[in-house]
Amino acid sequence: MKERRFVRELLESKQRIMWLSFVVGVAFLFLVIRLWHLQILSADDYRAMSENNRLRFMPVAASRGAIMDRTGKVLVSNRPSFSLAVIPQEVKDKEALLTLLSNLLGLDRANLAERWEKDKGRAKYYPIVLASNITRDQVEIVEENRLRLSGIDIEMKPVREYTNELLAAHLLGYIGEVSEKELDLAGFEDYNPGDYAGKNGIERALEKELHGSDGGRQLEVDSRGRVLRTISESYPSVGNSVVLTIDAAVQKKAEQAFGEQAGAAVAMDVTNGEILAFVSNPGFDPALFSGKMPEDVWQGYLDDKRHPLENKALSGQYPPGSTFKMITALAGLQDNLINESTSIDCKGSYDLGTSTFKCWNKKGHRTTNLIKSLRESCDVFYYQLGEKLGVDKIAAAAQAFKLGAPLGVELLNERSGLIPASEWKLKRFGKRWFHGETLSVAIGQGAVLLTPIQMASMTATIANEGTIYRPHLVKRIVDADGKTLKESAAEIIGTTSFSKESYRLVKKGMLAVVNEPGGTGAGARMYDVKVAGKTGTSQVVKLRDSKKTTPYQFRDHALFVAFAPFDKPEIAVAVVIEHGEHGGAAAAPIAGRILKAYFDSKKPPRKEADASADEDEEEEGVDENNEPGGSNVVKEPRLSGEATHD
Amino acid sequence: MIDRRLLTNIDWVLSVLVLVVCLLGILNIYSATTPYKIVGTAYYIKQIYWMLVGMIISVSVCSLDYHILEDLSYWFYGLLVLLLVAVLIVGSRTMGATRWLNLGLFRIQPSEIMKLVMIVTLARFFNNFQSVGGLTVRDVLIPLGLLALPTALIMKQPDLGTATLVILIAVSMVMYVGLRWSTIVTFVSVTIPMSWIGWAFLLHPYQKNRVLDFLHPERSRLGSGYHIIQSKIAVGSGGLTGKGFVKGTQSQLRFLPEQHTDFAFSVFAEEWGFIGCLLLIILYLSLVLWGLNIARRCNDRFGGLLAVGVTAMLFWHIVINMGMVIGLFPVVGVPLPFFSYGGTSMITSMIGIGLLQNISMRRFMF
Repeated sequence: MKERRFVRELLESKQRIMWLSFVVGVAFLFLVIRLWHLQILSADDYRAMSENNRLRFMPVAASRGAIMDRTGKVLVSNRPSFSLAVIPQEVKDKEALLTLLSNLLGLDRANLAERWEKDKGRAKYYPIVLASNITRDQVEIVEENRLRLSGIDIEMKPVREYTNELLAAHLLGYIGEVSEKELDLAGFEDYNPGDYAGKNGIERALEKELHGSDGGRQLEVDSRGRVLRTISESYPSVGNSVVLTIDAAVQKKAEQAFGEQAGAAVAMDVTNGEILAFVSNPGFDPALFSGKMPEDVWQGYLDDKRHPLENKALSGQYPPGSTFKMITALAGLQDNLINESTSIDCKGSYDLGTSTFKCWNKKGHRTTNLIKSLRESCDVFYYQLGEKLGVDKIAAAAQAFKLGAPLGVELLNERSGLIPASEWKLKRFGKRWFHGETLSVAIGQGAVLLTPIQMASMTATIANEGTIYRPHLVKRIVDADGKTLKESAAEIIGTTSFSKESYRLVKKGMLAVVNEPGGTGAGARMYDVKVAGKTGTSQVVKLRDSKKTTPYQFRDHALFVAFAPFDKPEIAVAVVIEHGEHGGAAAAPIAGRILKAYFDSKKPPRKEADASADEDEEEEGVDENNEPGGSNVVKEPRLSGEATHD
Repeated sequence: MIDRRLLTNIDWVLSVLVLVVCLLGILNIYSATTPYKIVGTAYYIKQIYWMLVGMIISVSVCSLDYHILEDLSYWFYGLLVLLLVAVLIVGSRTMGATRWLNLGLFRIQPSEIMKLVMIVTLARFFNNFQSVGGLTVRDVLIPLGLLALPTALIMKQPDLGTATLVILIAVSMVMYVGLRWSTIVTFVSVTIPMSWIGWAFLLHPYQKNRVLDFLHPERSRLGSGYHIIQSKIAVGSGGLTGKGFVKGTQSQLRFLPEQHTDFAFSVFAEEWGFIGCLLLIILYLSLVLWGLNIARRCNDRFGGLLAVGVTAMLFWHIVINMGMVIGLFPVVGVPLPFFSYGGTSMITSMIGIGLLQNISMRRFMF
């Protein structure tokens, strides 16, 4: 009995062995399936992860190219910035090291300790920056004490350095860390977060040339982040340098001439479109933008009602006021509506239907021909001419100067200005054009807007009698060795069909503005060079208080355009003084100083005594104190009144 | 001393399987320890020594008839429980756990030996215990007590891995003896609330972390979940054919934890790929099935129980270690028998093989 049970037990257990074998088989099958999943199905993913584990890319930033003026004077370059870094894993006694560092370098121990703690927890063997921007002396002390400072490293990176002689902030622009938005843009494919790129001005527009190509090292690291070997290495190549058409000497004088006034000035070579000076005042400190901008400085920029961050030369749009009269005159001459001897009688105002359009000179200029109309900036002359021409012919003349569209200067965000025409108004506002508006346009008011660059270009085209060059700022691109890679040539973007005789008359008028008694632009007169120019005052608000003390933001803009020398023009200048009120008084002297700086820099160095003697000549001459360019509309044209004109 | 007839009955399949796995293991340890700064004897050389020592012990175990163990089993059991208590009192502490007992000349890890003693003890118990139609709840109370005492002491060290293995070995043997369905149902309904209590009160925070990391490896990429992720990357990146001997980047650059011991299979999988893994798994599967075959062929109940116990010990080590390496189980320090570097594991496993050989050789002597 017992024996039989024992045998049955034995047989049963042998059966259970089969079951256990089956369970074992299933368990191993699970292992195989799992291995299949990891090693066959997901192998690519895991292989990528293992590569990611072992490889680390250490970018080496390329040194950015320099920016120079036309003479080769360096305006923006790089200087090395040193920082003190530590690799914590290589430090044996942290406390002793901190004490030693603070004793040697005179740095605050608590600060060092704080930086150390703050950056803890990053990848191992990554240097932690303990102090940035340390001096060369401090670097030397660290080098001398290398043996006692194991784990301490000096890191060098190039930072932008600006000459302190001139700012040209809007022109040069600044660099900063690329934003996330920029990283998504075309052309930024090679950038990584934390990289620097030009944000504005030349730095931004010529980013491609200046940036150079970053290099880097593909490193193999172990699990502790220790570098084992360099797998591949590419060296950074220095960015190309940009040689500007700017003449630093002229630029500097131009900036100084502005003082505290807000405004813009553009000086241009009339024979090729090279921009010699490019001022937007007030400026800002571009160096502050690449680092950490102090809060109060930033707030100061934002609060300043002169808008220092705005590039007024490129993006500021102003009614050109009387500086536009040359365009109206050329249109009239072309249409034979006027000629040299045509004269009108200015009684101080002009009636059109129920509206009265006032001349800036209430007493009237009496008998006025073309030359006098420019010299004394008679408005009535242009009211009458404008009425005969109609707005579309004035617009056509302006467009012949390529006004009303960006001229294509290298910088970003160039504005187009505005040349109104009847069709434009219909499209834009769905309304017919009124005659009254033509009269405003004829004297550069109403809807007409030009940027300072356009004003300079217009003046240059008048000076060279009909050739429109694309204004440009870049003269050459050179590589790190100074070899020229690209040379920009003068580019003609249009020519006008006005006759030589028309230009001769207009230029004669402009010469009279500066040089004849009664001329409104005597402030720009030079003794040794014949200067021709035109004043302008552009209205900011239509109805003005009769009181003298208009609030700053409502005061008129003062404008002056000029070219010189009269007989063989080389340079054209446009100056806008925001809320400067009178073109002759505020803008012409600045244009004069820019011209003087230009001709001075051309001459062999002069004696100092001569130079200082010239400083006082600005206030001389007749100012057009009373040219209220745009405030000529006494009665606002009423709808009913306007209807009677047609 | 050894019966001549026995020599003709040497189980060559068992011997060759173990030898091949040992040699693969040594090769793998050579690769895994290449990036180490080695002071003194290289790990793979030491592993060869351990293998030889293990073989000698294995042969000595063979030479004595395993039936002696039946008489000695409870004495062993008593001694081991005392040693486990001693570990808790005077044991040497490493890495947050007290596992070793220093005996002057050498150190021993009583919990490892307990695995074998547990097998012998349960074999002895069930050999004399006759059950009809499977064990009842009452029937398993005594073996449960025999299991609970050493397991609790091992847990206290704490050594979750070994404790789990001792339990699994015991459960395997009980399954072999056979249970009634009612017993199984009772145990399941008791175990679930018990494990909740165990989780809430008995597990150490680091043990809980390991379980949680296993369930959510991304919980701490650089913490303890790091081991699982790096191991899976190593295994997965091996692909079909592997990166080649001593060419695994995960192992050579030391992204793997304990890569010559518990994670040795990870190194192997990275360097030899799916094909290599398949070969190793077939070897282990053959070994386990062969062990069960020895149990099946054995005509005495004690020998059968012993063979099942030893095979279960090998099986659970293999499955848990590989499962851990490929992310199927949490990280519990369980070595891969004959493959991971380490003397304790080698000797324990070799004693087990000696027992299997012993049973296999004497199957006709009954």
